[in-house]
Amino acid sequence: MATKTLLQAIHDGLAEEMRADETVMVMGEDVGRAGGVFRVTQGLQEEFGPERALDTPLAESLIAGSAIGLSVNGMRPVAEIQFADFIPPAFDQIVSEAARFYYRSNGAWNVPITIRAPYGVVPGGALYHSQSVEAYFCNTPGLKVVAPTFPADAKGMLKSAIRDPNPVLFFEHKRTYRMIKEEVPDDDYTVPLGEARIHREGTDITVCAYGLVLYTALQVAQRFSEEHGIEVEIVEPRTLYPLDKETILNSARKTGKFLVISEANLTGSVSGEIAAVVAHEAFEWLDAPVMRLGAPDVPAAAFARPMMDFFVPGEERIEAAMLELARY
Amino acid sequence: MERTQARHEALDLDESDLLRMYRAMLLARRVDERSWILNRQGKAAFVISCQGQEAAQVGAAYNMRPGYDYVYPYYRDAAITLFLGQSARDQFLSLLGKKEDPNSGGRQMPGHFSSRKLNIVTASAPVGVQYPQAVGSALAFKMRGEDGVVLVSGGEGSTSQGDWHEAMNFAGLHDLPVIFLVQNNAYAISIPEKLEVAGSIASRAAGYGFPGHAVDGNDVLAVYETAKEAFERARRGEGPTLIEARTYRLTAHSSDDDDRRYREREEIEEWRQKDPILRFEKYLAEVEVLDEEKREEIDAEIKAEVAEASDYAESAPYADPEEVLERVYAEV
Repeated sequence: MATKTLLQAIHDGLAEEMRADETVMVMGEDVGRAGGVFRVTQGLQEEFGPERALDTPLAESLIAGSAIGLSVNGMRPVAEIQFADFIPPAFDQIVSEAARFYYRSNGAWNVPITIRAPYGVVPGGALYHSQSVEAYFCNTPGLKVVAPTFPADAKGMLKSAIRDPNPVLFFEHKRTYRMIKEEVPDDDYTVPLGEARIHREGTDITVCAYGLVLYTALQVAQRFSEEHGIEVEIVEPRTLYPLDKETILNSARKTGKFLVISEANLTGSVSGEIAAVVAHEAFEWLDAPVMRLGAPDVPAAAFARPMMDFFVPGEERIEAAMLELARY
Repeated sequence: MERTQARHEALDLDESDLLRMYRAMLLARRVDERSWILNRQGKAAFVISCQGQEAAQVGAAYNMRPGYDYVYPYYRDAAITLFLGQSARDQFLSLLGKKEDPNSGGRQMPGHFSSRKLNIVTASAPVGVQYPQAVGSALAFKMRGEDGVVLVSGGEGSTSQGDWHEAMNFAGLHDLPVIFLVQNNAYAISIPEKLEVAGSIASRAAGYGFPGHAVDGNDVLAVYETAKEAFERARRGEGPTLIEARTYRLTAHSSDDDDRRYREREEIEEWRQKDPILRFEKYLAEVEVLDEEKREEIDAEIKAEVAEASDYAESAPYADPEEVLERVYAEV
């Protein structure tokens, strides 16, 4: 075991899968010689050559569409969309094509592709290098959407995604690439898709979150325990679609107080779906209204730091929401 | 009697090749005609036609190795899929949305072909999405050092889409074994070529660094010849080819379209005179492969096959309604 950042863990997951299976390849803008704008694919082209670590033209629909075509002819491509903000040109290929091949061919053609996309607010990122676009894809049967937060999960889930016979959209919070570190096993392990994780057991409230806001909520929860004696249970969905409803509901029924936090625009978000599931299926256990915290309904984070900080749910707002729910 | 070498002989095609081509074209036509009858009888909810484009389709597909090469058809390519090995029954099962529909088990509209066995990659309705997928499949062949070829097909309408240009660029960059077959049938629903195509489609290939050919799409031998060269080039690892087969859509866009709103009857009549099947019959008669008796015999066989297939599909069961819930995800 060694301590790895999220970025290193994802890199290692890719490299190990490419070593183990010669049909696995990475493709995208700047992923080859440059090793990716965030360096996630650093060294892969040296090790696996220019085809299996393929630098593509700047054309997102082509990247997703050709990944589909590779996958139905024997390959297991991992396509990178450089920033999640640039995924809309590939929307048709992901949503209308990859996600539907299996269903529309009555089970004849499946599409084993993984599409990685860095998301989330980062200083200087502004409107088009900051977005959390996951909700657009969580209304798409046939697609799996995952957003692991911690390095060991990310590596294990990336391996599961690559080995999965279905298209998997793999979101990585770019601001946490080097911020979040932990021990990551060296052996060949996988973490299954479709399973939420309980990070912290608690009895007073449940916080359900993913990405940077999860990391923040965990720190707040620790302080709450020490300073207020409030025990917060923290649930990370890890897979956003289809949801692991059981784990989420079990926690909601246990604490009776449920808050879901994400960095996405609040209206129409994945948080909305999670809140609806809890409100409907855990209603009789609830001691407080289901609460949500997210970004305001404005297009995206601003470039200027004070406006960016105002946009994203930071520690202060997360703490206030958790306290409000605990005292309800 | 002495005679010069016939066109098909120069292409290494014998009588049996010509008759295979002819049967495939005629079968596609007769299936299509029967489909419209089923639509007008209220039995088929939707028809999309290949009429007029059979020569372009069969001429190109005749170069394929079914089940080895890949094809990404579009919704008018019934003559391609019939030639590759789908049956008349398959077409009617799909037309009527029956459980046995091999394309989709009754999930998709007719014309949205699929066969894993024949490497016919499942098609959809958004225009042009097949091109990036096709170049991906071609890249897989190239990476493995195999001589497989990908045929990707669409109408001239699809060349307005960014996906077409992105795929053309990628194919040119990597010398991919892919053939772009653009069946220019002069209309994108109601939009005539002069309002959708700037310059020439065929000449666009030059900008992407590979050959582009405009060919008479109603002449099956001309299309075959051009496609043969393209397939050979692809198998040699020399890269892609664009074929613009110039043809004409003889029917309305679909059974839900009334083309009297946007084109003159005279224009259609003019193209009916150039019907690729009539034209091929004329050639076959000239080279003494087909006389009237033989033509009637083949047509009667095909009509019987079509009638049987249509009846079979009419009496075939639908899938259970709950099947709509199945096969969303492949099993891990």
